[in-house]
Amino acid sequence: MKLHIKNGRVVDPASAKDGVGDLFISDGKISSESGKADRVIDAKGLVVAPGLIDVCARLREPGFEYKARLESEMEAAVAGGVTSLACPPDTDPPLDEPGLVDMLRRRAKALERARVYPMGALTVKLKGERLTEMAELAQAGCVAFSQANIPLADTQVLWRALQYASTFGLATWLRAEDPWLARGGVAHDGEIATRLGLPGIPAFAETVALGGMLELVRATRARLHVCRLSTAGAVEMMRAAKKEGLPVTCDVSVHHLHLCDMDLGYFDANCRLEPPLRGQRDRDALARALADGTIDVVCSDHTPVDDDAKHLPFAEAEPGATALELLLPLTLKWAEAQKLPLAKALARVTCDAARVLGVKGGTLASGVPADIVVFDPGAAQRITPQALRSQGRNTPFIGHELAGRVRYTIVEGKVVHEA
Amino acid sequence: MKTLPEAEKLCQQLVKELKPRVGPKTAMVGLYTGGVWLAERLHKELGIAAPLGTMDIAFYRDDYAARGLKHDPKRTKIPFDVNGAELLLVDDVLYSGRTVRAAMNELFDYGRPASVTLVVLADRGGRQLPICAQHCGARVDVPPGMRLTLKREDSGKLALALETDRAA
Amino acid sequence: MQRNPQLNDKGALTHLLSIEGLPREILLQILDTAESFAGVTEREVKKVPLLRGKSVFNLFFEASTRTRTTFEIAAKRLSADVINLNIALSSQTKGESLLDTVANLSAMQADIFVVRHAASGAPFLIARHVKPHEHVVNAGDGRHAHPTQGLLDLFTIRHYKKDFTRLTVAVVGDVLHSRVARSLIHGLTTLGVPEVRVIAPQTLLPAGVEALGVKVFHDMRRGLRDCDVVVMLRLQSERMKGALLPSEQEYFKHYGLNLDKLALAKPDAIVMHPGPMNRGVEIDSSVADGPHSVILPQVTFGIAVRMAVMSIVAGN
Repeated sequence: MKLHIKNGRVVDPASAKDGVGDLFISDGKISSESGKADRVIDAKGLVVAPGLIDVCARLREPGFEYKARLESEMEAAVAGGVTSLACPPDTDPPLDEPGLVDMLRRRAKALERARVYPMGALTVKLKGERLTEMAELAQAGCVAFSQANIPLADTQVLWRALQYASTFGLATWLRAEDPWLARGGVAHDGEIATRLGLPGIPAFAETVALGGMLELVRATRARLHVCRLSTAGAVEMMRAAKKEGLPVTCDVSVHHLHLCDMDLGYFDANCRLEPPLRGQRDRDALARALADGTIDVVCSDHTPVDDDAKHLPFAEAEPGATALELLLPLTLKWAEAQKLPLAKALARVTCDAARVLGVKGGTLASGVPADIVVFDPGAAQRITPQALRSQGRNTPFIGHELAGRVRYTIVEGKVVHEA
Repeated sequence: MKTLPEAEKLCQQLVKELKPRVGPKTAMVGLYTGGVWLAERLHKELGIAAPLGTMDIAFYRDDYAARGLKHDPKRTKIPFDVNGAELLLVDDVLYSGRTVRAAMNELFDYGRPASVTLVVLADRGGRQLPICAQHCGARVDVPPGMRLTLKREDSGKLALALETDRAA
Repeated sequence: MQRNPQLNDKGALTHLLSIEGLPREILLQILDTAESFAGVTEREVKKVPLLRGKSVFNLFFEASTRTRTTFEIAAKRLSADVINLNIALSSQTKGESLLDTVANLSAMQADIFVVRHAASGAPFLIARHVKPHEHVVNAGDGRHAHPTQGLLDLFTIRHYKKDFTRLTVAVVGDVLHSRVARSLIHGLTTLGVPEVRVIAPQTLLPAGVEALGVKVFHDMRRGLRDCDVVVMLRLQSERMKGALLPSEQEYFKHYGLNLDKLALAKPDAIVMHPGPMNRGVEIDSSVADGPHSVILPQVTFGIAVRMAVMSIVAGN
């Protein structure tokens, strides 16, 4: 099917291109030849960009179907302009066997929505004891290996896991959190947690763990991606590590880019997140670091939670928020606050995301698979539970008005969403 | 509009009326706030032996469901034994009778008096309950939308006044 | 920012969830109303008919005989019907959610829920889901707040010391885990106490505690100097297991209150304790039973304060 998207503001972060123009798609790829198209989309006043790549979104299958299913979450993804996503291995059972990975990929492919890149479990059952068959898992389609939110306290196992992964040229994705310092904590250890009487997780729970991880990277030269940075201290450590030339990258979630512990208000369980929302200074440091590239990408950290698990006292509520559909508007909001040009901002969810995942995509170059999002940057919408397509309705942004409405999402040259 | 009677004159009139009633078992209770001012004067001039009782009926009102708790209840102090007492219950203005009903309920939670005699400075009519004052200074007509209140100047002088009824 | 969930749209108190966020006027209203109730307990008929026909449900998810009993006495003195629910033993263990439990009780025509829960914020969650005529009174949630205790502590201080604006008050002990301390500190600062001190080892102080408006002391002798009020907090034995303290003996030596240390405070200083006391751990018997102690009057005042709270919220 030949597609012609005309008159749109074509933004390609990888080539820093940003101007009004046309895009042609044929045989599922971006084509340089113009000519008669089967369908013409008038993108006047809209932005035409590479489809978003979300490096962390939970689809909840297998195992957590009462929280969400592939169908609903893939709908949510393309409704949010996300054409590729990586899902962490904390399903039930965890993605520690090639068979499970294969099944997930097939299920996702059959739905013909976004591309799904599974992350394999670093250790068997994510228990932090035995290594998984990483080579086999990579062959089955895993793009990297991770412990999701489950701490890997045994530093010897961590060291060996990094070494083994690097043997096969595979990246390890880890959250930096010392399990003992974080034990029992549910909120950032500071003035707000003290007022609310919530057990705290000190900022140094992140930096203590990160320091250890960076030392291991120094020793092994293993490729490490640090997930969901939350503290200003960790930002500085990553800045120094990159300057030193260590093979490290990192990401931040949309929540930590915009919110801080003050947003907990009167114990809003929608703000119960892992890692916890930290102080204002931390939030501001994260926002600046994403702008200057110290933080490579922003992700949704999409974690749909069922209502029952949120209608509980703060400490008992399940952490997580639905965010696939908010990745684009929240990235745009951050870009506006940082006064960044659109191309630079979108890089953090397109070509840079492809780079850290080690996959192709995130560009509008001729000949690449046509994964495209067409959106109205000025159109605002109020975030309500009813408007969300994800099965999870819990987000701290309920009631907020955010700009950036997706009009068309195209995957492999096919229109998979239009509004 | 007719002028209001002088509170001081009415007070003296009540003292004269009540003097013969005062005996060894007599005790007096004034209702906040105007009733307490009046009771303080009467108690002194009548030379009643038992110390003066003061009462706030906040917890016995019948309009709690509609209005909630009054903002600043005073503390009821009954420094004598109610049981067997011949009580003089004193209030400034008698109107619907609900305040007196509440006061009697509260008094009976303190004990069983031998008798309760109601003494008021002014009766403005408008009774909603079968209550009457055995001793009353004067009948006063109050125009609709107005309240009849007792005022006390810094010198201690008492005076009746009419105000717009904000609570109407 | 959301409106304070404790106040209705007229700014009147409809739930009591925490002292933090309540304006001065409302705190004083509660204390003044409690003053009036204090007289009720001295008469023959210790009841007033204010809450007659109303139902007070004591929802205690965390066991407590003392607090529950004082709420029960207070409710009965207001002529309310009291139903005690020891949830720890019933539906919760069957897996019924907190909100389902509340909804079921609501269907039984409740007017006031008195709630104690181990998780901070639980009463706020409940207050968001009850019907307009239902009121929530927080009897203690996690380490967050114990507002009626804070209020009765304020009432006690006012009773003995009259003027808040001339006092130095010291709160001694496990502030980190104490909802009593948090509520009291908020109350003292709101009512204008010029110097509020906390005295504790580093391990028992929460992050950013100075931001609550207190001065931190690790040396109890220095901290007690010239204090008008000394509030001793209970030390729970679990603290030894959590690597927060080595032993009760060492704690008592440095942070326990005995006559010797009390002598550093003002000669007319009062000693308070929310109870139950651990004699020999945070407080010596000679102090607990001595002339400075107002620990038993605190309990009596607690009934009047709880009567005041329930009658104010139920009327709004």
